[in-house]
Amino acid sequence: MARLGSMLHNLVRLARYRGLIQSLVARELKARYRGSVLGFFWSFINPLALLIIYSIVFKYFLIRGEDKLPPYEVFMFCGILPWTWFSSSLLESSGVLISGGNLIKKVLFPAEVLPIVTVLANMVHFFLGLPILLGFIVYNGMPLHVGELLWFPIVVVVQLILTLGFALILSALTVHFRDLRDILQNLMTFWFFTTPIIYRYTDMKPEVMRWLNLNPFTHIVITYQEILYFPGPVGHWYWLLVLGVISIVFFLFGYFVFDRLRDTFAEEV
Amino acid sequence: MNAIELNHVTKIYQRYNRRRQFATLKSALLSGSLIRDLRPDDTFAAVRDVSFTVPRGRTLGVIGRNGSGKSTLLKLVAGITKPSTGHLTVNGRISALIELGAGFHPEISGRENVFINGIMLGLSKKEISRRFDEIVEFAELRDFIDAPVKTYSSGMYMRLGFAVAIHVDPEVLLVDEVLAVGDEGFTHRCLDKFAEFKRRGKTILLVTHSLGLVERFCDEALWMDAGSMQALGDPKRVVGAYITDVEASEEEQLAAGDARAREAATTVSPDEPASAVLPDNPIETATGPADMFRATEGRWGSREIEITDVALMGSDGERAHVFHSGGRLDIRLKLRAPVAMTDFVVGVGIFNAEGVCCYGTNTDIEELKAERILGDAEAVFSIESLDLVEGTYKLDVAVHKMDGYPYDYHRLLHTFRIKSRTKDVGIYRPRHEWQFSDSMTFRRASNQ
Repeated sequence: MARLGSMLHNLVRLARYRGLIQSLVARELKARYRGSVLGFFWSFINPLALLIIYSIVFKYFLIRGEDKLPPYEVFMFCGILPWTWFSSSLLESSGVLISGGNLIKKVLFPAEVLPIVTVLANMVHFFLGLPILLGFIVYNGMPLHVGELLWFPIVVVVQLILTLGFALILSALTVHFRDLRDILQNLMTFWFFTTPIIYRYTDMKPEVMRWLNLNPFTHIVITYQEILYFPGPVGHWYWLLVLGVISIVFFLFGYFVFDRLRDTFAEEV
Repeated sequence: MNAIELNHVTKIYQRYNRRRQFATLKSALLSGSLIRDLRPDDTFAAVRDVSFTVPRGRTLGVIGRNGSGKSTLLKLVAGITKPSTGHLTVNGRISALIELGAGFHPEISGRENVFINGIMLGLSKKEISRRFDEIVEFAELRDFIDAPVKTYSSGMYMRLGFAVAIHVDPEVLLVDEVLAVGDEGFTHRCLDKFAEFKRRGKTILLVTHSLGLVERFCDEALWMDAGSMQALGDPKRVVGAYITDVEASEEEQLAAGDARAREAATTVSPDEPASAVLPDNPIETATGPADMFRATEGRWGSREIEITDVALMGSDGERAHVFHSGGRLDIRLKLRAPVAMTDFVVGVGIFNAEGVCCYGTNTDIEELKAERILGDAEAVFSIESLDLVEGTYKLDVAVHKMDGYPYDYHRLLHTFRIKSRTKDVGIYRPRHEWQFSDSMTFRRASNQ
């Protein structure tokens, strides 16, 4: 109980580091494109280039005949953007305590700030990719409903909390098990294909669907797709809310693990 | 009111054995040892049962050898690591100058790094803006502040880190041997800054190897040894005790080193011709000063007269390896001649660490004509006042014929160290004195 108490205390204390998190996220974003000619524009250009490539591929190579639905590249992009946020966050945060070892060892520094900054910096990239996606949606004359868009911030928040939970656990465990990073690389590839990003959830057989339902990211991606791609109301909201609750519990669990291992970081990294 | 309070603080580091170092998650999962692997196999107490208090506004200097737990102590006070047992409180904002510029990001400019570093150290954006010019001024980086930090020299990097840390305006300042970062001028300004901190009633905990700084600057000194408190109190007294202890252990090391050198030298067969050990003609070696500069240690000679023991003794007549400049040194040679000999010369040479001969003489040079030696004998070479500068010296002792044919030649086999309060330089310290006219005056610095 005492541990739980100190964990909550630390969690509350985290609010004090808002300014620090903010400036570190800004630094992260600035540093990433420092030295490149186009600088910040790469955050737009990268997703744009990806989307154009998909458009070409699905227009000329992988032709899906019978669909009455809007272009398939837009469908994929609805999943790939949030997935990139998720997977980059996890991969980067798994190494973040080790690369930030100097801070942990030499400065009085709240270690959890590092994975949090990673997740938030990737979230900013996600946001920067959205205008490209919206541009394509409008360009293709797809309808967007305000009522559906209201779900958008909710799904973003759920994904954020879920990602933070994973990032905290992974960053803390990687300090002790360095090979977690390599395992994670492969795991993320597997995870990508077991999430309905490049295929449609509704095209799956019922028994496959059951398995897919166990994947938390399935519900996040489906919600994005329903909001941005599929016509009609968001039918997946029930799943999303359940996932939201699970995410909060998972985040607290992640923070708990992190907090318990906190004192070992300065010695192990 | 105490700024820092430690109560029986112990810090135990976990040490993992070799197996653990190569352990991976995979193997941990396979053997089901995940939990066990997270536990240490062995522990190591870096800081052991340390208790002290530093009242607000006082300065405590921490001295001790490498690995004595000084830095760990500082990290404990800084809150970077937690004590394993015991209790520790610090009142007031801490700034730790442990690693300067630890949080700098190489790709972004000095300006941005100052802000982020300042925020990490607990300042708000506004506070940093207010102090920004002062920080840049202090770091002497006005022209480079907008360049990325990766283009900085290491000195610039450290100066900027120091400038930020010092401008956090802490109530408790922790300093870990960071004064060596800049040039003389910068070091002086750092010291001025520390002095200003002292005047303003801030508490400083200073870890350093600069004993003079501790004596001059600190109100109290703490000597750490192997994780435990060895002494705490008046800086002069603690520093004195520490120096004595260091000398004692140097003494031991030199004694051990000498023993090893002698052992190695005697494994070279004494019957071998001298030229096998020393490529040059030994006749030259004994007398020719040119070859005295060649520093090849070893032992050779026919042993018709043998040097059985060499003892270096101070004024107390005890064997020693560390002497004080200006003190007495007796070099006692025990000799043995199984048959009576009439042609022999006893010589002594002192070399410094660079192998330069500081002094060399023998009985022949000093016009002492040998008459006879038989059985056990003893020769003592007494130096009334050992006027050498601080450093490590090696000794040559030899018995040879007038023509240089060696009976027993010990080349650089004996080591001793000279300690000096004055850090003068050179190879020889003439007895000297300063005299000044009344129009120029000096004051004796409370010294090192």
